[in-house]
Amino acid sequence: MSTSVVPRRTALFESHRRLSGRIVDFHGWELPVQYESILREHEAVRARCGLFDVSHMGQVFVSGPGALGLLQKVNANDVGRLKPGQALYSHMPNERGGVVDDVIVSRLDKDRYLVVVNAATTDKDFAWLQKQSRGFDVELDNASDHYGMIAVQGPRAAEVLALIAPSAASLPRFGAVELSVFGQPSIITRTGYTGEDGVEFIVPNEIIVRLWEDLLAQGRSLGAQPCGLGARDVLRLEAGYLLYGQDLDDDHSTYEANYGWVVKLDKGDFIGKAALAKQKQEGVKRRLTGVKLMERGVPRPGAPVIVSGREAGKLCSATFSPSLQAGIGVGYLDQPALAAGTPCAVVLHGREVPAQIVKVPFYASPNLKKGA
Amino acid sequence: MLDPKTLKYQQSHEWLSPDGVVGISDHAQKEITDVVFVELPKVGRQVKRGEACCVVESVKAAFDIYAPLSGEIAAVNPDAAKDPAVVNREPYGKGWLFKIAPSSPSESSALMDAAAYEKFLASEAAHGSH
Repeated sequence: MSTSVVPRRTALFESHRRLSGRIVDFHGWELPVQYESILREHEAVRARCGLFDVSHMGQVFVSGPGALGLLQKVNANDVGRLKPGQALYSHMPNERGGVVDDVIVSRLDKDRYLVVVNAATTDKDFAWLQKQSRGFDVELDNASDHYGMIAVQGPRAAEVLALIAPSAASLPRFGAVELSVFGQPSIITRTGYTGEDGVEFIVPNEIIVRLWEDLLAQGRSLGAQPCGLGARDVLRLEAGYLLYGQDLDDDHSTYEANYGWVVKLDKGDFIGKAALAKQKQEGVKRRLTGVKLMERGVPRPGAPVIVSGREAGKLCSATFSPSLQAGIGVGYLDQPALAAGTPCAVVLHGREVPAQIVKVPFYASPNLKKGA
Repeated sequence: MLDPKTLKYQQSHEWLSPDGVVGISDHAQKEITDVVFVELPKVGRQVKRGEACCVVESVKAAFDIYAPLSGEIAAVNPDAAKDPAVVNREPYGKGWLFKIAPSSPSESSALMDAAAYEKFLASEAAHGSH
């Protein structure tokens, strides 16, 4: 996609500069890829706590008597099972079963929901929701410019949260609460994208610098440190999470992405249901599959994966995993039923490096209970 | 550890010692950040000056290392392959990459000395985008 527009800055841009963050363009946003070291920031999140500026992500509020109806129509996951104060991860399918975006939906109140969407897809998603909302008694509010967002992630994130917002300290995993932060209406969700426990603060931009500095100052004694997009990308890939635009898009389905658990075919009608039901019945022709190098090396996106002497697909996300001390990646392979342990190879610098098909997630944090 | 003042440098940030040892500069290791993989050349390989013959990789990217002289790869540093972070810790010492037996030693006159390399870094910083 084109990102030739003037890059946008989050309200924390100057804070990142003061912390010597190495700024890069990420889908049109100027954000720090790292402050000090991707490896050290990764380690902080796995062992203690990391703070991420994720203000580039979008926030769309859906309110009114028709809110649930609209959200059920556009989501593959069952928004109807959310009680006020609960959130879930979902995909918004298109008619072909491809994915418009992957989102977190929080039910804030009986008829009021927050949809957190990806940065690069915010405008597309909002237009999609508007188009689908015809006939529903709802109000849609794209509040992405009003809010910034800070993710606090790691086994000590709950302790950091308790220092900053004691009233939210008991928030369960995938809980969502509206509360006042520095006198401003804000939202905290017990969510994240690192494979660790964590919370995300969604606060108005005018107080986000104050919140960031408070999190840094109060979190320091708990080992919290600022972390950039580089560590975030490694953490999310280790945890088996998808990056929209790289691992998932309008032409790849939730089943192909190996995220079938998101699709609730029994919840009633929704966009893409017929296409997804057909895929489930017939099986997919390609599947997002985990690959781990058996020799030292760093696979990169675009690297071909060789299975039984022929190219089965290319990696779409790949990196060196500090947790596994091995190269890892995921790619859509045209042999959808490959068992874990199947030998394969990844082509790096023109050489076939021995690898193996592995189960995703690559890394399951001992700090996070299964299914949580 | 070698004294960086006694080394010669390329614009692509490799250093060369008087006896043909090659590594990357402190500036380069800081730019590359956490080195997680080093692919060394094979001993005995013939390389031409300026030829990419080694790869140093961080979490985010791969960096080609260019031979500062033509010649034969006489030795490689197994520690850099086993513990790639040594390239960050000791770029002028235990983090060396390979040793070259030059076929035309006079080529080294094209390299920068430490003072010229410092100047080059300063001008790069001045013209850089940051």
